[in-house]
Amino acid sequence: MSEVPDNLKYSSEHEWVRLEDDGSVVVGITDHAQAALGELVYVEVPEAGQTFNKGDACIVVESVKAASDVYAPVSGACQAANPALGDAPELVNQSPYEGGWLVRLQPSDPAELDELMDAEAYARLLAESGG
Amino acid sequence: MPYIPHTDDDVAAMLAVIGVDSTAELFDEIPDGLLIDALPGIPAALTEAGITRLMRARAGRDGGAVSFLGAGAYEHYIPAAVWDIANRGEFYSAYTPYQAEASQGTLQLIYEFQTMMTGLTGLDVSNASLYDGASAFAEACLMAVRVNRKSKSRRMLVSRGVNPVYRAVARAIGGGQGIELVELPLDPAGRTDFDALTKFDGEAFAAVCLAQPTFLGTIEEADAITDWAHAHDMLVISICNPTGLALLRPPGEWGETGADIACGEGQPLGIPVSSGGPYFGYMVCRKPLLRQMPGRIVGRTVDIEGRPGFTLTLQAREQHIRRSKATSNICTNQGLMVTAATIYLSLLGAEGLRRTALQCHANTNLLAGKLAQLEGVSVAFDTYFHEAVIRFDRPVAALVDALGERGILAGYDLSEHYPELGNALLVCATDARTHEDIDAYVAATRSALDRSQAA
Repeated sequence: MSEVPDNLKYSSEHEWVRLEDDGSVVVGITDHAQAALGELVYVEVPEAGQTFNKGDACIVVESVKAASDVYAPVSGACQAANPALGDAPELVNQSPYEGGWLVRLQPSDPAELDELMDAEAYARLLAESGG
Repeated sequence: MPYIPHTDDDVAAMLAVIGVDSTAELFDEIPDGLLIDALPGIPAALTEAGITRLMRARAGRDGGAVSFLGAGAYEHYIPAAVWDIANRGEFYSAYTPYQAEASQGTLQLIYEFQTMMTGLTGLDVSNASLYDGASAFAEACLMAVRVNRKSKSRRMLVSRGVNPVYRAVARAIGGGQGIELVELPLDPAGRTDFDALTKFDGEAFAAVCLAQPTFLGTIEEADAITDWAHAHDMLVISICNPTGLALLRPPGEWGETGADIACGEGQPLGIPVSSGGPYFGYMVCRKPLLRQMPGRIVGRTVDIEGRPGFTLTLQAREQHIRRSKATSNICTNQGLMVTAATIYLSLLGAEGLRRTALQCHANTNLLAGKLAQLEGVSVAFDTYFHEAVIRFDRPVAALVDALGERGILAGYDLSEHYPELGNALLVCATDARTHEDIDAYVAATRSALDRSQAA
């Protein structure tokens, strides 16, 4: 049974979103996702200033045998990527909700945040798909 | 890897396991309208003896002339051991091995090849080879565009000193992805015109590309060009003859920080000229650019019991994993050619390669000097590695024909690709040419010139 913190929002693509005090959002992948991917060896992150629409592939996470897209859970501009991932991509596996955060975005449409799932809904999604 | 075909009994047993009646059934999803019974226009099969006679006849057309032709492919002496070993069954395969546990010998060889290429070029990481120098250059252009996030330009500044065929191939391969090649002219010394380069100040390009030596055999002022390119947010792609790297400063040491991507043709390293192929391309890059480099890469690691071993690595760049987002659609290498090149380099060593390079330079120098003594003949550029541009007072084509009739491949007629040079012939005398060969060339030229008229 994977971890699903209460204080976060979730997308159906197994990303989590944390709303910060300054209106920006921090994005990562869930415990379920990191377990499914296996040990990550590389994370390809966008540059600061790059903009995305909700659903665009904005990050690529690589394990030894696969490369997977991570999609923008909301539209916005990338403010920063987690600098620790360059040397230690395995942080995503070890601490998917804290040290293994991926990017911080400045959302362009706050209404999209309401379209995300809460922890309970995401946990139900996992249970229904056998995760 | 041994290849053992299935017997009919093997096939029947496998079909029984998966519950299929025939092999043909496995192709059921191909629509009937796309299936054909026969290939019209293809002649009937030949016997082994018949094929041997046919191929012998065709190979005989090569003639066995004494070659003074370079222009991208070079005849060097290849020690007998090279192909004796490369032809062994254990090595004789063109493909990169996916099963590391069954291919440690091959993988180790490729790893050693990669190591040698980093040593020759002075850059950090090599791939396991590409198809040839021309497509390696095209891949380098595509890589530079992917890598140069600062510039976002899809334009390349390419010197006219780069092989004209390579420029054409880069346009053909890169054109579909919007890559544009802008040419840099040559100066009167036959090198990239630096003043012309500086005129592009303020314009955006992904990379500056130069050959060392140039297609014309001349030596570029690589430091100045490298530093200018880097100061203008452009990468530097070098195209170097590997024999020349034994004498010339390697691209990793150009300018302040060195070239970014080194590519070129590996044929001179123990591969016969053999009517144009197969050859192999090499590509080496600085470590930060590694994840955008195409081609196979072999790495050294340990297995689960801690024993050292080799394996294909960084496969997430490649097509079988990334599909349309891969760095390239190449999913192989020129394994057999790389085997020969690695054996050639290990037999010659650094000193042997250096002596080969010096011999080539000395022979071309000797030939050029003797030709310049003929009336109406001059050497176009002062400084060259192992090819020289010889100018004549009449069109070169007739001279090339005349020497051809005497069993000599005279060189490369430059009038098609470098009309600005006038009546010019690119001649190359490698370590494979003797003084007798050179004297025969000069005598044949003198005689051909005497018999014809100055233009």
